[in-house]
Amino acid sequence: MTALHVRCLVRERDVDLELDVAAGETVAVLGPNGAGKSTLLAVLAGLLRPDRVDGASVVLGGRPLDGVPPHARGVALLAQEALLFPHLSALENVAFAPRARGVRRRPARETARRHLAAVGVADLARRRPAQLSGGQAQRVAIARALAAEPELLLLDEPMAALDVDVTPALRQTLRTVLADRTALIVTHDVLDALVLADRVVVIERGRIVEQGPTQQVLTAPRSAFAARLAGLDLVPGSWDGEALRTPTGLTIAGLTDPPADGDLRTGDAAAALFRPSAVSVFLEPPGGSPRNHVRVVVTDLEPLGDRIRVRAREDHPDGVRLAADVTPAAVTELALTPGVPVTFAVKATEVRIYPTTTTEAADSGTIKRPVPHETPARDR
Amino acid sequence: MPASASRDRLTTPVAATAAGGPALGLPRWLWLPALVGAVFVLLPLVAMVTRVDWTRFPSLLTSQASLDALTLSLKTALAAVVLCVLFGVPMAVVLARTQFRGQSIVRSLVLLPLVLPPVVSGMALLYTFGRRGLLGHTLDVLGLSVSFTTTAVVMAQTFVALPFLVISLEGALRTAGRRYDVVAATLGARPTTVFRRVTLPLVLPGLLSGAVLAFARCLGEFGATITFAGSLQGTTRTMPIQIYLSNASSDPDAAVALAIVLVVVAVLVIGFARQGRSAV
Amino acid sequence: MKNPLKKSVVAVVAAAALLPLTAACGSSDDSSGSGGGSKTLTVFAAASLTDTFTKLGKEFDAKHPGVHTKFSFGGSSDLVSEIQSGAPADVFASADTTNMDKLTSDGTATDPKNFASNVLEIATPPDNPAKISSFADLGKAGTKVVVCAPEVPCGSAAQQMEKKTGVKIKPVSEEQSVTDVLGKVESGEADAGLVYVTDVKAAGDQVKGVPFPQSSEVVNTYPIAPIADSKQSALAKQFIDFVLSADGQKVLRNAGFRKP
Repeated sequence: MTALHVRCLVRERDVDLELDVAAGETVAVLGPNGAGKSTLLAVLAGLLRPDRVDGASVVLGGRPLDGVPPHARGVALLAQEALLFPHLSALENVAFAPRARGVRRRPARETARRHLAAVGVADLARRRPAQLSGGQAQRVAIARALAAEPELLLLDEPMAALDVDVTPALRQTLRTVLADRTALIVTHDVLDALVLADRVVVIERGRIVEQGPTQQVLTAPRSAFAARLAGLDLVPGSWDGEALRTPTGLTIAGLTDPPADGDLRTGDAAAALFRPSAVSVFLEPPGGSPRNHVRVVVTDLEPLGDRIRVRAREDHPDGVRLAADVTPAAVTELALTPGVPVTFAVKATEVRIYPTTTTEAADSGTIKRPVPHETPARDR
Repeated sequence: MPASASRDRLTTPVAATAAGGPALGLPRWLWLPALVGAVFVLLPLVAMVTRVDWTRFPSLLTSQASLDALTLSLKTALAAVVLCVLFGVPMAVVLARTQFRGQSIVRSLVLLPLVLPPVVSGMALLYTFGRRGLLGHTLDVLGLSVSFTTTAVVMAQTFVALPFLVISLEGALRTAGRRYDVVAATLGARPTTVFRRVTLPLVLPGLLSGAVLAFARCLGEFGATITFAGSLQGTTRTMPIQIYLSNASSDPDAAVALAIVLVVVAVLVIGFARQGRSAV
Repeated sequence: MKNPLKKSVVAVVAAAALLPLTAACGSSDDSSGSGGGSKTLTVFAAASLTDTFTKLGKEFDAKHPGVHTKFSFGGSSDLVSEIQSGAPADVFASADTTNMDKLTSDGTATDPKNFASNVLEIATPPDNPAKISSFADLGKAGTKVVVCAPEVPCGSAAQQMEKKTGVKIKPVSEEQSVTDVLGKVESGEADAGLVYVTDVKAAGDQVKGVPFPQSSEVVNTYPIAPIADSKQSALAKQFIDFVLSADGQKVLRNAGFRKP
């Protein structure tokens, strides 16, 4: 486990940022295309030489990496495409890094077998890359990167090229793999950040515009990009057998995902996730079908393009913070201003409930289970 | 099922089956020029074969002159191809994978032997390595004179065949791209390891076809050899020169017999190389 | 987009198909002379006759307005092959009788007449680095000697000379024609070459000639003959007569040729 410090200045690409990653931490890097995410990864991997700065551009585990060629850095790269060497079998691919280090063939293959087993594809050892599916190839690629025993692991949208039904299982595998590693993952998928990352960094136009703990950035984004991408309502609590119950006694009913059904036991920590645009605002508690309503007090209003995000807090000292997106007309009609008490209501069908594994996780709101369907925030 | 395969199904044409299954139609008019071209190349071959005096064929082939010419051609061509690979691979890699000022000019110059008339190539070699050439005196002093030697034959063949290998391989390297090399480096492989275990294996088919082309060119080399190395049975008189001599001395039967042998050897080599390639 | 492509392909194929026809027209023009009274005479002559016959050709053209004499010089055996393969020659002048016999034996050429003779001479680079002074010196070990291939007239002459003198030459190369031998000597690649007296004379300062007494023992007689199916037989005969005439012989004598 090593810590990373990077000061990435590339004037030619208008990138200027500084980042620290703690040992064993996984940081998700979000940002629009062309923001500088690839530049950052390239500088870290040694594929791009940054402009000179005071001190070293990249320090990994206390060792400055300026001028160190890619093969001597201890930085492994996992890209969208698995890029497995086509002329080698899966096993030989994974054994490549150990053998490059000088390990003899047999011990290298033993190591390779172990890594393949760790990602669940031990039976594919003899297959050629052309005979593997996209998801299988990515698993082998993960094993191959790990076999290099890198001090820093870089992942560049690792699941962007895979079928949607393959992604959750792979994400789960990555979660295990990244547990104790220092890693940077560039992604467009909010769930990647939620499931895999401890911290989120948002890059726009070559500068860091926002960073912080995952749940915080995703539920209360300050940068426009993160807001467009995430801005979810997330309510932590525990499963009471029928619905999510928060510490304040609030119940939220929603849909659980199979196989979460079988995994959700009464008392398990869980979290409810829904989009602000699925939330309706009433001055008085409504009757009718919406089963989830909570009395809140408006804390602020934020214009977001063609809509207004109404932020509010549950009327309770430990109350949960929520957001609802409504039209400017609605704001005027209801005379919404900070301090006004309203009711937020959301249909149970718009709510997804996920198990989280520890109470600590429940507090931080980091979901530790894969979500096998399209994330609600992906309405681009 | 590989995900990419399912996406490609729509655009990958199904091969025409014997039962006349669906095939992506070729424009009909393409067949005519293709056939004309094929006939143009094959008819002279047929004409040659029909000219052979089969009764004299064995004796013509086993005459000392013929055997000497054949073994000399094969030996020198093989040696020349080895040299082409030893020098051509680094040249191709430098041209394909690096970027330096004036690179396009260097590339044009390196490929010059392709367009030079072979006799001109021979003259150029003479002006460089001949007795009175640029390096002639130095070679003489060192006792390394190459005039009229088999070495000169190999040099001439290497000179004219090198561009074939370089072009083939450079094309293959550009197509293969650098992505795998980059991945290998991030996995901890030093540049030599990357070259040995990733770059080269991935372009082996291109290298092989380049070597085959070079070999064929060496076998057929005439102008540069006769200008630079001379013509002496067993030392410098390769097959093409022997054929020319036989033809000129009004023994066309011998010429045709040797020519047939040359064609057979060439076909065998090319067929063998293609076989190896499809297995890769 | 398809139509222009199709049109250009059709054009190319049509052009390719027509090409052989134009070539045939062209060649027949050459030997028969296209309309307008201009006639072309094609003479195939041994390489050693290059300078002399070019001169003779100019004189002949001057004497016969409207006539253009074209030459093709090369090794006599090469020329014989070409003629036998149908090359359009009207006259053939060989450097020895052996090659002429190949053509007269089957009637391709008729009524050959000897018009000159030539003997061998040793040629060395101007500074004669190997210090060649006699025919025997050609047999010295380490000397780079270039000769004509035995199939070529000067090559067979060289072989006969070796037999007569008992000197065994180990040439480093056997060239196709005298011109090639001379070239190797002039460039300094060879220490010495066996060529004709006329070649040494024609080369001037480029080579040094080393005559040897035994040279007159092997004489190459040069015959000249018209080609039977030539379309210019009358003109061919006139040219041959010219070569045999006093004027023609004077040119040959000046170049070093001897009486036939």
